[in-house]
Amino acid sequence: MKNEITITVNGEKHTAEVENRLLLVHLIRENLALTGTHIGCDTSNCGACTILVNGKSVKSCTILAVQANGKEISTVEGLSPGGELNALQEGFKENHGLHCGFCTPGMLMRATELLEQNPNPTEEEIRWGISGNLCRCTGYNNIVKAIQYASAKLRGVELPSTEPDFV
Amino acid sequence: MIPASFDYFAPATLDEAFALLEKHGDEAKILAGGHSLIPMMKLRFAQPETLIDINNIPGLSYIKEEDGHLKIGAMTRESDLEHSDVIANKYPIFTDASKLIADPQVRNMGTIGGNLAHGDAANDHPAVMFALRASVVISGSGGSRTVPIDEFFYGFYTTAIQETEILTEITIPTPTGKTGNAYHKLERKVGDYATAGVAIQLSVDDDGVCTYAGIGLTNVNPTPMRAARSEEALLGSKLTESDIKAAAKFASEDCNPSADLRGDVDYKRAMVEVITRRMINKAISRL
Ligand SMILES: Cc1cc2nc3c(=O)[nH]c(=O)nc-3n(C[C@H](O)[C@H](O)[C@H](O)COP(=O)(O)OP(=O)(O)OC[C@H]3O[C@@H](n4cnc5c(N)ncnc54)[C@H](O)[C@@H]3O)c2cc1C
Ligand code: FES
Ligand code: FES
Repeated sequence: MKNEITITVNGEKHTAEVENRLLLVHLIRENLALTGTHIGCDTSNCGACTILVNGKSVKSCTILAVQANGKEISTVEGLSPGGELNALQEGFKENHGLHCGFCTPGMLMRATELLEQNPNPTEEEIRWGISGNLCRCTGYNNIVKAIQYASAKLRGVELPSTEPDFV
Repeated sequence: MIPASFDYFAPATLDEAFALLEKHGDEAKILAGGHSLIPMMKLRFAQPETLIDINNIPGLSYIKEEDGHLKIGAMTRESDLEHSDVIANKYPIFTDASKLIADPQVRNMGTIGGNLAHGDAANDHPAVMFALRASVVISGSGGSRTVPIDEFFYGFYTTAIQETEILTEITIPTPTGKTGNAYHKLERKVGDYATAGVAIQLSVDDDGVCTYAGIGLTNVNPTPMRAARSEEALLGSKLTESDIKAAAKFASEDCNPSADLRGDVDYKRAMVEVITRRMINKAISRL
């Protein structure tokens, strides 16, 4: 029980015959070898598998590959095509927004849509905005700061301090 | 976790979808947002032989005011409700509910039609529909019928939708008079289903007498339920503190929660009472 699908991933078109029950996250990781998108819980909870489908952040462990037929997909690999960190990635680097890094691709993709919809979010809006992404390491504060940093950078205003709070 | 094998169709029109439903009967399932169905298929709680994906059918996603009704297309996503001005200005109860449903990514996929069609008392929209006295438009190859929400939920995961039909629209009568509504659920953490949830809509006349009361409860009964005695306690009242207390008490007595990891029966009843009181007051503050 297969169907042929055509999807665009990070600007590149792919056509493949896939089993109907193949999950989008497996297509991305296994067929396309884009392993930046992670599988954390496999139960739609943790957000490690977050990608953009037509610009909307979604959990790719809970979408079938066949549902993505004809759609534009962005994964973490597409954030810095030239190899240079984008504003969000720089924000995470400068603010220690990751420790083990497992949640980071999902956080980055979710934050991409968040800033697209709301370029200058309040701290509360950021916390609600990443409420579908779990991080076991950072305690979230540095992730919030990373997103604030990216927001400032993208709006061209003065960058917030990257000093840790406890110093 | 991988679902069992199935056939997959993505029809471009409702007529094609009805034809597929008629051909495949109860072996087929509609795929809307997929955020209740796919998790169940991954766990193999559901093993449909055929999936009919209705995401490619145009014209099923809208929020509009027409003929004295608010009409919401079945494929309208939670995130569309969350960001709609009509909803935010006149029906903040939806904004309250949408914000508490799952998380942003799930809300980008989950649809209001799927939330109702799933027939799960743990879902949040059913209670809102009771509060607003919504009706559900159910369509098939022979035409459409409109089912009041009170006749929609049959039992655990079963609704008035027959196997050859598709839920296409939700219609909500535009309230008359000064109206306020509100929803809240108690949840253990973001994305959790309700320990208990309460939806309220109230209207009052110029003398402050309650002319409409709608109260729905989430996850404290085997099926989504209307708190009928609580509504009666408020209708015709001036919404005094003692009437509000009585209504809240009735809701806690009339629901039928089961003990689970979210709490025991007494705790859930107590929470229904507290949330009912608070949401009545919140609805009043929005009159
Ligand atoms: C992590 C997580 C947390 C969640 N938390 C909450 C929560 O707090 N509150 C809450 O209310 N929900 C919650 N949900 C459920 C979510 O809101 C679902 O999206 C929703 O219940 C179902 O909508 P759907 O569009 O995804 O439907 P689907 O999963 O596609 O379908 C669900 C069922 O309804 C049927 N169906 C769907 N649409 C139609 C239609 N138009 N006509 C006929 N039949 C149809 C399908 O065949 C299927 O049986 C959560 C989900 C996840 C994954
Ligand atoms: S792996 Fe998809 S949400 Fe956790
Ligand atoms: S950095 Fe380890 S899970 Fe977030």
